[in-house]
Amino acid sequence: MDCYTANWNPLGDSAFYRKYELYSMDWDLKEELRDCLVAAAPYGGPIALLRNPWRKEKAASVRPVLDIYSASGMPLASLLWKSGPVVSLGWSAEEELLCVQEDGAVLVYGLHGDFRRHFSMGNEVLQNRVLDARIFHTEFGSGVAILTGAHRFTLSANVGDLKLRRMPEVPGLQSAPSCWTTLCQDRVAHILLAVGPDLYLLDHAACSAVTPPGLAPGVSSFLQMAVSFTYRHLALFTDTGYIWMGTASLKEKLCEFNCNIRAPPKQMVWCSRPRSKERAVVVAWERRLMVVGDAPESIQYKQLTIQVLLDRLVLRRLYPLAIQICEYLRLPEVQGVSRILAHWACYKVQQKDVSDEDVARAINQKLGDTPGVSYSDIAARAYGCGRTELAIKLLEYEPRSGEQVPLLLKMKRSKLALSKAIESGDTDLVFTVLLHLKNELNRGDFFMTLRNQPMALSLYRQFCKHQELETLKDLYNQDDNHQELGSFHIRASYATEERIEGRVAALQTAADAFYKAKNEFAAKATEDQMRLLRLQRRLEDELGGQFLDLSLHDTVTTLILGGHNKRAEQLARDFRIPDKRLWWLKLTALADLEDWEELEKFSKSKKSPIGYLPFVEICMKQHNKYEAKKYASRVGPEQKVKALLLVGDVAQAADVAIEHRNEAELSLVLSHCTGATDGATADKIQRARAQAQKK
Amino acid sequence: MAAHLSYGRVNLNVLREAVRRELREFLDKCAGSKAIVWDEYLTGPFGLIAQYSLLKEHEVEKMFTLKGNRLPAADVKNIIFFVRPRLELMDIIAENVLSEDRRGPVRDFHILFVPRRSLLCEQRLKDLGVLGSFIHREEYSLDLIPFDGDLLSMESEGAFKECYLEGDQTSLYHAAKGLMTLQALYGTIPQIFGKGECARQVANMMIRMKREFTGSQNSIFPVFDNLLLLDRNVDLLTPLATQLTYEGLIDEIYGIQNSYAKLPPEKFAPKKQGDGEAKKLQLNSAEELYAEIRDKNFNAVGSVLSKKAKVISAAFEERHNAKTVGEIKQFVSQLPHMQAARGSLANHTSIAELIKDVTTSEDFFDKLTVEQEFMSGIDTDKVNNYIEDCIAQKHPLIKVLRLVCLQSVCNSGLKQKVLDYYKREILQTYGYEHILTLYNLEKAGLLKPQTGGRNNYPTIRKTLRLWMDDVNEQNPTDISYVYSGYAPLSVRLAQLLSRPGWRSIEEVLRILPGPHFEERQPLPTGLQKKRQPGENRVTLIFFLGGVTFAEIAALRFLSQLEDGGTEYVIATTKLMNGSSWIEALMEKPF
Repeated sequence: MDCYTANWNPLGDSAFYRKYELYSMDWDLKEELRDCLVAAAPYGGPIALLRNPWRKEKAASVRPVLDIYSASGMPLASLLWKSGPVVSLGWSAEEELLCVQEDGAVLVYGLHGDFRRHFSMGNEVLQNRVLDARIFHTEFGSGVAILTGAHRFTLSANVGDLKLRRMPEVPGLQSAPSCWTTLCQDRVAHILLAVGPDLYLLDHAACSAVTPPGLAPGVSSFLQMAVSFTYRHLALFTDTGYIWMGTASLKEKLCEFNCNIRAPPKQMVWCSRPRSKERAVVVAWERRLMVVGDAPESIQYKQLTIQVLLDRLVLRRLYPLAIQICEYLRLPEVQGVSRILAHWACYKVQQKDVSDEDVARAINQKLGDTPGVSYSDIAARAYGCGRTELAIKLLEYEPRSGEQVPLLLKMKRSKLALSKAIESGDTDLVFTVLLHLKNELNRGDFFMTLRNQPMALSLYRQFCKHQELETLKDLYNQDDNHQELGSFHIRASYATEERIEGRVAALQTAADAFYKAKNEFAAKATEDQMRLLRLQRRLEDELGGQFLDLSLHDTVTTLILGGHNKRAEQLARDFRIPDKRLWWLKLTALADLEDWEELEKFSKSKKSPIGYLPFVEICMKQHNKYEAKKYASRVGPEQKVKALLLVGDVAQAADVAIEHRNEAELSLVLSHCTGATDGATADKIQRARAQAQKK
Repeated sequence: MAAHLSYGRVNLNVLREAVRRELREFLDKCAGSKAIVWDEYLTGPFGLIAQYSLLKEHEVEKMFTLKGNRLPAADVKNIIFFVRPRLELMDIIAENVLSEDRRGPVRDFHILFVPRRSLLCEQRLKDLGVLGSFIHREEYSLDLIPFDGDLLSMESEGAFKECYLEGDQTSLYHAAKGLMTLQALYGTIPQIFGKGECARQVANMMIRMKREFTGSQNSIFPVFDNLLLLDRNVDLLTPLATQLTYEGLIDEIYGIQNSYAKLPPEKFAPKKQGDGEAKKLQLNSAEELYAEIRDKNFNAVGSVLSKKAKVISAAFEERHNAKTVGEIKQFVSQLPHMQAARGSLANHTSIAELIKDVTTSEDFFDKLTVEQEFMSGIDTDKVNNYIEDCIAQKHPLIKVLRLVCLQSVCNSGLKQKVLDYYKREILQTYGYEHILTLYNLEKAGLLKPQTGGRNNYPTIRKTLRLWMDDVNEQNPTDISYVYSGYAPLSVRLAQLLSRPGWRSIEEVLRILPGPHFEERQPLPTGLQKKRQPGENRVTLIFFLGGVTFAEIAALRFLSQLEDGGTEYVIATTKLMNGSSWIEALMEKPF
């Protein structure tokens, strides 16, 4: 039996280490690795090798090969690289391989070497070419950072939701930085770069110089830098042979180590074991490896969750195994089985040798109404493979219209999209389809489509009301909706026409529409308004002052106030203002003028159709008790008490009330009896009441 | 904290906390200092969710009102637009972004759509060339805002007009979404009842949305026993009548906006010299006295206030009895509460005086008499003298329209001659342009010619007992106390649904517009409720198109009945009154 410590070797004074092989790689690569661009995915994910990259001495005609291996070196895919020169490779958090080309194009592949999509890092990158690139991971996803030939940085923090940020210029940067890395602080991606003895931190707004605390003096250049997986720690390798280790915020130094080697290392990385509190930096040179550690401190590591594990199985197309794990762990369907089935379905639609019908049926049989399955995602994949008919069939199984519609639009099935949008009740979705249809169809067809969809039609009308007035008119015309056309022209007469002739003409059109709508009232009212407008214009010309847009009532009032009683009379007659309202009108206007003489004359012109109480009220309102009393005597018996009280004649009011033997009137008068002066009156009323009760 | 939200049968603080959390999460996504640019309409409702302190904690340093041209200067990293998804607002935002000073510091732009992200709006931003300028474009599903322990509102002013006039169901979609959020927090509602076309639509959308989320099995024990969806156009009458509860009258006379009322300052003790500004008071059940009197008929408020005054001054008198140090200490510890009570009493005494000045005026009395005549079915078929006089004296147009509409509704439409006479009088007096408003009122069914020559209102009134002659304003025994005689139709429908059920009023339901229906949402057996004997049901009643404070008072009255059997939580698209309702339907072409 071996001694337990047999294969342990001493490391320094107090630690020991041992080396043992976990497994051997299945591949037979050795020296070739040197010529490869290599990218290994985190958490034991796949490894990508781009062999034979563009080296000047090789013949340009030899195409490079992209190989993908599992972590244990099992070949997963191999393909000839037919696109442009690649500067950098990297795996996204979703295990997609990002290949950054010299021209700034990023090609995305699945782990089986299937091409997914591509995107560009922008024009500036295209023009200046990519000098260097990094793929990095943040909590939002995976990002790409580019250093261009013009020594500017461009980055996108999440390639899943591409937003390019061009970082500010580094002052005085003439050549490429000696080293650089991406950092993620406060949820924002930064770039840390070294230029000679200086370090700069770039965020999207500013470039600031930074200094690592406690750095040994004499540094004239930083040769290498490494940031830990969690972005908490940073290691710097200086040309003085020192390794500085500290927090990535550059606020704290953990330790510094002089390794006495001044040659630039080939590689420097942070390493640590899960749940271990020890951290270390591994530095590699051509023939030497050095591990530099520091004092323990608590760090938390994100672990590979079940979800990620399942994702990885799915990516490797090990569906049955994944489902078994879900069932064993009793994961909720949405997170477990249904998600895996959905992935299986996405794979299924790519089997081109099976007919649309069979694929759709097979998928529906297996998935059924399994909660959490997105048929639209599967359909999108089918459409991506050029199988539109299959996509439409699959979409029929999708219960969420919000998901159906965008894909249907993409597949140019706009009318189907419209009815699905309407079914959902989501008006925004309906609008979106409508605007699509509007661009896609000619006007006639578009209107015809609307006609069959009343809900869409009313929404579109609302849209036009605010955005395209002329179209609104056309819509009403098409439907022979004369009533709405009438209203439309009325609005136009106020909003778009300035000259009186224009306004009258718009109103004439409105009146015609109302006649067609058999709305006699509106037609007549509109004609009256045309007449009034012309008249107001004439009044303005002849009398000066403002008449336009006054109501008829106010026009007459203004005339009276201006002393043009004849004209007022004429207007009232022409427009048949009812007598009662005309009396109110005149009464109010004359009282406003305090023309008491004219008011009295008016009150005597004939018997008032509104009685004389309003005269009393209005005089009192103008604090003219003398005039008020004149009218109080003429108020009819029903309102007499009220009138007398208004002018303050409580005693007489009491007499009238008693005479009327009206209980309500009696209490009204009583409530006005205040103070000593009315004492006698109050007694009188009480006596009358008592008497009435006896009877 | 908003403790008053958790007093009711359903703890609405849960909802408030949920929306606050959502807001904080969004703010944290935009790292660094921020300025918020507000769609002005949103500030009121947001105030009920989050005070400025919450925003400040999340590095909001500046707030601006959304308007054209260049944004005001602000030394912040993020500019966030809080907006409703409206095209005209997108145009303004684009203008802001495009006129940003390129030489200044780079600032990040974000948009928060309330309550929903809109493809249409994003397309507009794209057309204007600014869509790419926004780092985060997200939605904040603030559909139902908790106003009180039993009250939720979407505060969507245009909802009625959009639904009933313009055929735009956007607000119904939001309502359905809001109901889904409520169910996510308070459990699936097992039974849905409804009356009206919009109610039907909302129920359909809910059922559909539930199917879309089949995956997430809701495992929360249901708090609500049922949901009643009611279209406002099933009961056009109630909001037209003048509300006679304390809270209703404050709203009628001064208006209550987002639980705040602005009152004339004269009757309040001035804070400082020359303080001529309107007195702004928050009105909700957090204030003990207000909770007690808000739903009373105004005529019953005076006696409560004077009783309270006696109790409070007696409490202050206690200080003379406090002899020992312990007693004095005890008295002092109660002082803050007593002082608050005294302040509250002083405020409400002032408000009551203000209201009384109005309600005792002759014109108020005349108007009320006419309203009550109409509602009890007297002389609804001829031109009314009082309305005629109001027009002749050019009383506010809204007042006139409310009365004419009330008459029309109480007569199932007016005779053509009567209708034309009113319309002509209105156009001649207030101006021809109001022809558009009149047409809107006709489209909404508020003002219409009687068709078929049949007046259905008496049948409805009698069957539903809408007019009660023997109303007790002080110690009410029936909901009719909120209008001193008239029992709100909408609330009567809710009451009859709860007992004995709608089957008893099938005939009337057929006369009222729109379908009535019942839907069930099956619950897994584990979540089915076994009601304890004597335990009340909880009904969520949703008014699509608005609700008045008097109706809310009537529902609270039913909730408090000992043998009522049902407690209500009220939701609506908008808290409103007859005037704000008519105003929203008016169209002013210039």
